[in-house]
Amino acid sequence: MLAKRIIPCLDIKEGKTVKGVNFENLKSVGDPVEMALNYCRDGADELVFLDISATVEGRKTFTSLVEKIAANINIPFTVGGGISTVEDAERLLKAGADKISINSAAVKEPTIIDRLKEKFGSQFIVAAIDAKEIEGKWMVTTHAGSVITEKELFDWAIEVERRGAGEILFTSMDHDGTKMGYATEVYRRLSQIVGIPIIASGGAGNGEHIKEVLGPEGCADAALAASIFHFGEVNIPKLKVELQNAGIPIRII
Amino acid sequence: MVGIVDYGTGNLKSVQNALGRIGAENIVSSDFDTLTKCSHIILPGVGSAGWAMENLVASGLANLIKEFAQPVMGICLGMQIMCSYSEEDNTECLGIFPNSVKKMGNSYDGSNKGYIKIPHVGWNNLTSMESSLFNGLGEAPYVYFVHSYCAEVNERTIAKCYYGSDFSAAIGYRNFVGCQFHPEKSGYVGERILKNFLKM
Repeated sequence: MLAKRIIPCLDIKEGKTVKGVNFENLKSVGDPVEMALNYCRDGADELVFLDISATVEGRKTFTSLVEKIAANINIPFTVGGGISTVEDAERLLKAGADKISINSAAVKEPTIIDRLKEKFGSQFIVAAIDAKEIEGKWMVTTHAGSVITEKELFDWAIEVERRGAGEILFTSMDHDGTKMGYATEVYRRLSQIVGIPIIASGGAGNGEHIKEVLGPEGCADAALAASIFHFGEVNIPKLKVELQNAGIPIRII
Repeated sequence: MVGIVDYGTGNLKSVQNALGRIGAENIVSSDFDTLTKCSHIILPGVGSAGWAMENLVASGLANLIKEFAQPVMGICLGMQIMCSYSEEDNTECLGIFPNSVKKMGNSYDGSNKGYIKIPHVGWNNLTSMESSLFNGLGEAPYVYFVHSYCAEVNERTIAKCYYGSDFSAAIGYRNFVGCQFHPEKSGYVGERILKNFLKM
């Protein structure tokens, strides 16, 4: 049976892992390759690396980091952050990334998904969507939640699937960094309206939250989290046993 | 020396990296004479069946792959194009395995109270394993899959996987094996499978 996935996410700035609340107050937490290797040993199912460098130099560092990660880890990984052209994606895939996640660039120019699909296939494209609830409607945001677009989350999810995304990584900006749990009911709705896997992100504070979003309440296919894993608040081998005991199909190594 | 067949598809590097991690020397080549001297051959594959076959035909390798006498492993699309036919782009393939390759459907999966999602992405179990490729893995090991097309189960199937229905997770015939999953991305289980392949 297909297992639900546990995905630690590493935010990378100038080659170092960082994590802050709502992308602010960044704090360095460790060497990405070393952390990635530890996560592989712990039984993480996949990893995500998001480049949040703002400089050209930082982007170059990220590409060589991707090469190092690819040489060292034996599980799939996705990279994202700042991918705005097919060439950016190609550079990262050549460096050894298994998938790329695309966010703002697709909001700005949706046809980039079609072009990426044509060139690399759907399985390489994770459409990352950030949204927040405004007057009862889930609206897509960019720039870490500070820019609210005209796009409605559920319409946009259907559109990215139609254009060729292979997975959707949805982050609720209302939940991200709060540790109060995922936007569980939104994931259930997404699972009902699209036929591609959904990755839940934003709000994990403990194992119960992960159980909720992967179980019948949230129906997500994978749960992504950062700080609870980085700071050891949730231990992946223990979490996986708990999930298995709750009847959620999970890979135990 | 493991020869990795280069026929213009990207992402050969993950196979190279995985072989590097288990200490297996390897060479990427599109030259039949170079490849034929290798002890083992890996046919990776990323992209679509039609495009992959076009590249193989254009490079002159399409007819030669069947001639390899050493162990050959096709991975993912590499396995699919070793089958007889693929629904993807309506493609006649190499015909090493008699299986045909079909589009997976978003069909109802009763056990999961929902519809199965396509592509099939993530870790799933191998069952009915019948090959030395799977030595030492224990029962129903998890391996990593990413695909939207799959080969049907028939007498050449050496491992099955269930996703909505059973399909061929691996196929074997004479010196040829094919894996629908990605051993190069399947953690320690995948590394063991690659090591087992190198003992064939």
